[in-house]
Amino acid sequence: MSVASARRRQALSRFWKDFGRQRTGVVGLAILVGAAVLAVIAPLFIDESVTNVVTAGGPKMAPPSLDYPFGTDESGRSILLMVWWGSRTSLLIGFLAALVSMLIGTVLGIAAGHFRGWISAVILRVTDWFLVLPSLVTALVLAAIMGGSTFTIIMAIGVTTWPSTARLIRAQTLAVEARPYIERSKALGAGHWHVTTRHVLPNVAPLLLASTTLEVASAIVTESTLAFLGVSANKTSWGTMLRGSYDWGAATAGAWWYILIPGLCIVAVVMAFTLCGRALEAVLNPRLRKAGA
Amino acid sequence: MTETEAPAETVATDRRTLLEARDLRVEFASRGRRARAVDGVNLAVGEGEIVALVGESGCGKTTLARTLLGLERPTAGTVHFDGEPLKYGSKALKNYRKQVQLVLQDPTGSLNPRHTVYEAVAEGPRIHGLPDEEEIVNSALSRAGLRPPERFLLRYPHELSGGQRQRVVIAGALALNPKVLIADEPVASLDASVRGEILALMLKLRDELGLSALVVTHDLGLAWNIADRVAVMYLGRIVESGPVEQVLTAPRHPYTQALLSVLPESPERVVLTGEPPDPTRIPGGCRFHARCQVLASGKAAEAGVDARCRGELLDILPASAGAQAACYYADATG
Repeated sequence: MSVASARRRQALSRFWKDFGRQRTGVVGLAILVGAAVLAVIAPLFIDESVTNVVTAGGPKMAPPSLDYPFGTDESGRSILLMVWWGSRTSLLIGFLAALVSMLIGTVLGIAAGHFRGWISAVILRVTDWFLVLPSLVTALVLAAIMGGSTFTIIMAIGVTTWPSTARLIRAQTLAVEARPYIERSKALGAGHWHVTTRHVLPNVAPLLLASTTLEVASAIVTESTLAFLGVSANKTSWGTMLRGSYDWGAATAGAWWYILIPGLCIVAVVMAFTLCGRALEAVLNPRLRKAGA
Repeated sequence: MTETEAPAETVATDRRTLLEARDLRVEFASRGRRARAVDGVNLAVGEGEIVALVGESGCGKTTLARTLLGLERPTAGTVHFDGEPLKYGSKALKNYRKQVQLVLQDPTGSLNPRHTVYEAVAEGPRIHGLPDEEEIVNSALSRAGLRPPERFLLRYPHELSGGQRQRVVIAGALALNPKVLIADEPVASLDASVRGEILALMLKLRDELGLSALVVTHDLGLAWNIADRVAVMYLGRIVESGPVEQVLTAPRHPYTQALLSVLPESPERVVLTGEPPDPTRIPGGCRFHARCQVLASGKAAEAGVDARCRGELLDILPASAGAQAACYYADATG
């Protein structure tokens, strides 16, 4: 298997070289890695007590200072530490909800595009049905019924956002299946599994990746929206912080740091995902590759 | 050579018949009507024989090729391989794939742009779980004329020329050690200098590996260069078949004559008039009669067959090796 492993190594090193050329993608990746690492190592430095209103010791609604670089909230908690701790919930929900949505959307989308006839028809009707459900309301109801936990919020977001992915993947699957190399593959003896995993999936992967990055971004936004509307996992997240700033009239009080900091965090992470997705797409699509690269 | 008495089941070839279509019919639903893409075809490909299937676009030759490969199910009739009727269970079909392989018209489209040459050629062996994948790939590539194979293994299709891509496709088919190659317009998208190379490769494979081939084409020159036997298809049915020298130098069917007359070296050309053929509305009588230049010129009436041309259905030609034509006029005038 020396040829196969050499090929894999070469492909990987080429991928990294190409990705390195995408400057915006590298910036996006750096922000993402930074955010993820910070979220993971947060327990080494702080714990959940930074979000505790009872033990908070700072002045109320204080502007940024040396002690509190991003100011404090209505209970005197440090915005910096809250944003740090809250990134854990926001990122976790964003990633997992996007993953759930992607899994459902990809499996159903490929199935609807690959199998014709009644299987496709049934999947499409179900997709249409979920598509016309107002997803935010459905997520609110689901979360209300199942009770507020991180798992509930993830499922509520994942289950309501997959139809657009399924539609997208189905359209791409249909386009890929019309190519002659699918015919060649079938003539070589390929079954459904081989065609879908070896040809369709790699071909929809860049689209899927771009879609997933946007999905993570939108899941983070949705989580914030749900939290803002009062449905949350009862844990500090960027969304619940925005909710708090609204509840305590931060805008009228002129406490810009209370609104701006969590908001900027959301914007930065969402942007980073988008930049990464675009760069990955450019690298993974061989037709966009320069000759000789 | 007597071809008149040959029944559909027995074939009077000196070669053993490998792949055979018997009374094959394939129909599609097309805008509410039934399109009879293949409408009764008997065709045999012998061992080590190259048969060219010639006809204009839309005459059903690609459908016939797909049906012979088992990619399309016949509405009626059967495909026989090595004397056995083809079964359509997934296991039986998978085994059949090792015997009969496909080469498509467009080598660029038939290769997944994300797969290296190695992956493209190894696809067949991987599907069938053959051992010594690397060795199979190397030998298939060198047999297809890509030497040394190591130079090509890690290339992507977009880094190769059109001729090299078609060689990769052929190597992918050879990797399964098939007995028959079905090539659908194998050189139509290649430029003239490369066409000769690919044709020479197919002839070499026949000589060295004893590979049989069915070459689907609209190009009579290609048929002349490569084939032992030629079958001319019109509107879902074979109208003339026989050894290539006989059919292409002394065509008996008016349609074959018309096809040959438009070649540059032909003295006078016959331009067919009338509606282009429509497989949803196959005319009664001889299916070619509405466009037949012999009938239009009145020669058929002189021979006294014009009424039969217009009103009497022709028998399906048997899968015979000798020269034969499905034409009342040709039969009447000899």
